[in-house]
Amino acid sequence: MGQTLFDKVWDSHVIKKIDNGPDVLFIDRHMVHEVTSPVAFLGLKARKIKVLYPEKTFATADHNTPTRNQHMPVKDLLSKKQLEALEENAKQHKISYWGLGHEKNGIVHVIGPEHGITLPGATIVCGDSHTSTHGAFGAIAFGIGTSEVEMVLSTQCIMQPKPKKMRITVNGKLSNSVTPKDVALFIISKLSTSGATGYFVEYSGEVFSNMSMEGRMTVCNLSIEMGARGGMIAPDKKTFEYIKGREFTPKDDDWLRAMDYWKTLYTDHDALFDKEISFNGSLIEPMITYGTNPGMGISINEGIPNSDDQDGSKKTFLKSLEYMNYNEGDKIIGKNIDFVFLGSCTNGRIEDFRAFTKIVKGRKKAPNVTAWLVPGSHKVEKAIKEEGLLDILKDSGFELREPGCSACLAMNDDKIPTGKYAVSTSNRNFEGRQGPGSRTLLASPIVAAAAAITGKITDPRKL
Amino acid sequence: MGYDKFKILKSTAVPLAIENIDTDQIIPARFLKATERVGFGDNLFRDWKYKPNNELKKNFVLNDKKYSGRILVGGKNFGSGSSREHAAWAIYDYGFRCVISSFFADIFKNNCLNIGVLPVQVSAKFLDIIFKEIYKNPKTLINVDLEQQTIKIEKTNFEENFEINEYKKNNLLNGYDDIDYLLNLKKSIKEFSNQTPL
Repeated sequence: MGQTLFDKVWDSHVIKKIDNGPDVLFIDRHMVHEVTSPVAFLGLKARKIKVLYPEKTFATADHNTPTRNQHMPVKDLLSKKQLEALEENAKQHKISYWGLGHEKNGIVHVIGPEHGITLPGATIVCGDSHTSTHGAFGAIAFGIGTSEVEMVLSTQCIMQPKPKKMRITVNGKLSNSVTPKDVALFIISKLSTSGATGYFVEYSGEVFSNMSMEGRMTVCNLSIEMGARGGMIAPDKKTFEYIKGREFTPKDDDWLRAMDYWKTLYTDHDALFDKEISFNGSLIEPMITYGTNPGMGISINEGIPNSDDQDGSKKTFLKSLEYMNYNEGDKIIGKNIDFVFLGSCTNGRIEDFRAFTKIVKGRKKAPNVTAWLVPGSHKVEKAIKEEGLLDILKDSGFELREPGCSACLAMNDDKIPTGKYAVSTSNRNFEGRQGPGSRTLLASPIVAAAAAITGKITDPRKL
Repeated sequence: MGYDKFKILKSTAVPLAIENIDTDQIIPARFLKATERVGFGDNLFRDWKYKPNNELKKNFVLNDKKYSGRILVGGKNFGSGSSREHAAWAIYDYGFRCVISSFFADIFKNNCLNIGVLPVQVSAKFLDIIFKEIYKNPKTLINVDLEQQTIKIEKTNFEENFEINEYKKNNLLNGYDDIDYLLNLKKSIKEFSNQTPL
């Protein structure tokens, strides 16, 4: 019987199988950031051991960094201490460190692919659940906890039982204004936030093969929001073209050797999955969330569902609507909003800024909307300027901030105030996620742009 | 680096009958700025526990003196969202050693096991019974026996088995951790690394 893409990559990285226990899995690439790593480094210190392979770990500061005046000292003392700890740890253990202000700095899941750290067939982990992003390249990539960060630093391995396999196939042609974000929000709305728990997902079908690498990253990024450990897409011509020539991508003969291997990374026609799900892509509409988890999504012209129609508990559902101050049956279209956030590891890449700019071009931002546009990296920021997008954005009343995770998790000062509504291109609409009491509506950059112009939830096709 | 061994836990429990409790609720991101693993228990369920002016929210279960104990019982899909181990640390630091639910998010479950908190997955029906029994009598004792892999509501006939892989079970029973295990595999790891092209 044939193997799936996931089997091929996973099995080739197993150092040892433990009976009735986890596999010992070798990790090719480890990304660390300031928030989930300090205690792991303290663990190494307590054990009096060093990082086993410093060249396989890459450090950046992103979660807890300001998005303004990055050249100035960080004002928040706790944040400053955390950033200094990462810098010191990286130095001590000889790990490459792209800190605040460094030209390669940015959100960990944006800079990995940008510099060719992310490669097909690799195992990639990071103390961040959205590590699943890197699966877009045919890598096995997933988030880990701090104990596991320590594990990887000290032994370059983690111990995990092999997850079950799920294939999600989406065929058909996407309609105008339907983006990869909508495809992902649609799938999550059908599967719920726990529908893929215990599984590793492979996305297949013409919707994903037609998607750009940026779009594939958005989809794989959101795999965790349906509970999956990660998601991956078989590498193809687009993948190879994207990674070729990047700093950490193999060169010359190594490239040719790598290509020979990468071309074997696909699911064999007779391979079996534990679960198969398929959708018709042509039926997907622009999506938006109305509740407090990413599974609570609807197409933009639908009404908020009734609590009687929910699989889960009615109490939990109504608690969620109460938090949002929405009612069952309400139309989401036309609801007033206060903030727009464009950015994050989900939608902070150049393509997202292009899509947003295309909508706002020649229009003006609504005066009552505060918009935070935060590029995923300095490289993205540079492209925004070089492509002339910044001029268009400025003409429309928008300004650009400096790179970082920003309002996606609101660890820094970019917090949506209590009770305010934000249309956000990020990944989580949990209670208080974007600041205590904040109310988040997840959507694509296009839907976010339309809302920024009108100050209301607006169908971008009717703008 | 070990942690407390886990064998049998007999305790009253705190019922939190809400589904999809995510790690942002367990510990909001603004409390993740520490560089050491101390004091996270104070901010466990921070925004459910306190009003914005830091007054206690009286109707939240952790503020209700009726309920206490070393076991937390949560609704289905407990611990979804972020990979922050801080969520498990906060639960541990607050004093819980066991979380019961009918379904756990993967990363959260792993994080718990790695620090010595036992996640016990029970059937939806059993979870309902646990909630009902605790609401009926907050002094209800729940007995979690890791060796036998059983969970029992004391003074009743309600009992269920739970699953855990042998390796993790052995770690918890003995307070072992994965890194000690892996450090002993260093030779194989190095051999493997030498063969890998990346």
